[in-house]
Amino acid sequence: MRWLRPIGQDKLAALSLFLISTTLFAGLFAPFLAPHAPDEVHMELRFAAPSWEYWLGNDQLGRCVLSRLLYGIRPSVLWVGVALALSAGIGTIVGFVAGYFRGATDAVLMRICDGMLSFPGYVLTLAVIGILGVGLENILIAFALMKWAWFARVIRTSVRQYADSDYVRFAKTLGFGDVRIMARHLVPAALPDMAVAASSTFGSMILQISGFSFLGLGIQAPHAEWGMMLNEARTVMFSKPELMLAPGIAIILVVSAVNYLSDSLQLALDPRLATSRRAPHSRTVAESAKLQGSEVA
Amino acid sequence: MLTVERVEKSYRTGGLFARRRKQVLSGISFEWKAGECLGIIGESGSGKSTLGRLLLGIERPDRGSVRWEGRPADERRARRGSVSAVFQDYTSSIHPFFTVEKALMEPLTLRNKRAAIDSRRIDRLLEQVGLDSSYRNKYPHELSGGEAQRVCIARAVATEPRCILLDEAVSSLDGSVQVQVLDLLRSLKTAYDMGYIFITHDIQAAAYLCDRVMIVRDGRIEETVDVDRLRDVQSPYAKKLLDMVMA
Repeated sequence: MRWLRPIGQDKLAALSLFLISTTLFAGLFAPFLAPHAPDEVHMELRFAAPSWEYWLGNDQLGRCVLSRLLYGIRPSVLWVGVALALSAGIGTIVGFVAGYFRGATDAVLMRICDGMLSFPGYVLTLAVIGILGVGLENILIAFALMKWAWFARVIRTSVRQYADSDYVRFAKTLGFGDVRIMARHLVPAALPDMAVAASSTFGSMILQISGFSFLGLGIQAPHAEWGMMLNEARTVMFSKPELMLAPGIAIILVVSAVNYLSDSLQLALDPRLATSRRAPHSRTVAESAKLQGSEVA
Repeated sequence: MLTVERVEKSYRTGGLFARRRKQVLSGISFEWKAGECLGIIGESGSGKSTLGRLLLGIERPDRGSVRWEGRPADERRARRGSVSAVFQDYTSSIHPFFTVEKALMEPLTLRNKRAAIDSRRIDRLLEQVGLDSSYRNKYPHELSGGEAQRVCIARAVATEPRCILLDEAVSSLDGSVQVQVLDLLRSLKTAYDMGYIFITHDIQAAAYLCDRVMIVRDGRIEETVDVDRLRDVQSPYAKKLLDMVMA
């Protein structure tokens, strides 16, 4: 794995990768890791401060905040990841086809994308929820339906730029098939753009899911979800502001980790950027040598 | 052998539903015989690069036909391995993420699907174009223009094609490197017993390398003449072009 090594050297990226994998792991194994059931009510422990038994304290119904945070990973991170993979997958295929084949195919696909993009995202999501009903899965369906067009746009632009280049023309001359050319030449070239687009969408999707749950349209009580935890904490915002900290910090951490990771992934994948990052090291040695030379003179 | 018969090509100007089309090539017919080095000379916008794309089978002519050994050029299997190309822009000719070794492997995997390629073969290819094996692990952005173009030439000869199409292959190199690359092409021509189609705007470079030149203007063949009789050109346009070089 060539790209894993530079990530290991980049401390921020390594930390982000660690944070993301821990989060995913914790979400998958929430039932084993959570110290308590997420919807176990203890009215006597309402708004209790953190203790050895309840590490992050208890909420307005005396439920364990840590357990709710762990269970909340599933809708907030895992299901968002699924929706993202779905929309990025559709968008990538459409983007590659449009950018590579061009002409009428490109025109038709891009007009469909324009149609999709002309609806404001939030409004269309609300419309889908209005049609299909309240619930996480419907929000995810709405996300997948909405976001692919944006992905297709971004990826098509990036593919178009590389599809014109001489190395693609050379591969065509040799007689390689279109699928092979796309897989061998265009996917690696477009991957950094795809990573950045996907990571920024991942962040906004987590925030939007949280937003919809906050409005009461997403996950339904008593299930745990980070946005809904924020919403519940809002009612006691002035008397117990610390309840907002746990879900708020969790959202911020995961979203920033994904963004940092995609940034350094972009650096790791592109050899041009890798050498420009490595080069200053050797260059400073050369420069300092030169400086000494002139000092002597 | 390559046969081009009454080829026409036009492109739509404006959007998808635009009626207006720009005629780029009209009534192009010629033959290229195996082992020959044919120069295609024209100014920018004369349609010579479009003609190159048609010859390589990347694009299809609107009318007429381009045939390699009697089979249409846009049929992938017909031209597979028999024709290759070197392009002008050496910065984008090699995939920026590929090392020189990986770039040279690509044409070789065309024949040998199992990628069990003798690594000495790559060393030999590099050696033939005047580079040593230390270049194998370099990325294209670490190469100079001349080196990158040499790698492209090595990549082009790797399949041992009968014909290499050179589309302005030396035009973006500086003077002394141009001559080196042209000399290299000359020596490879005899080593591999192949022919070239040399597309350029530079008459001197064409005269240096080619047996026969074809002068193209506004998408039509103006005149075809053997290099040793270049001074006896008939058409006024060809005369004017030559005068500019001679002066």
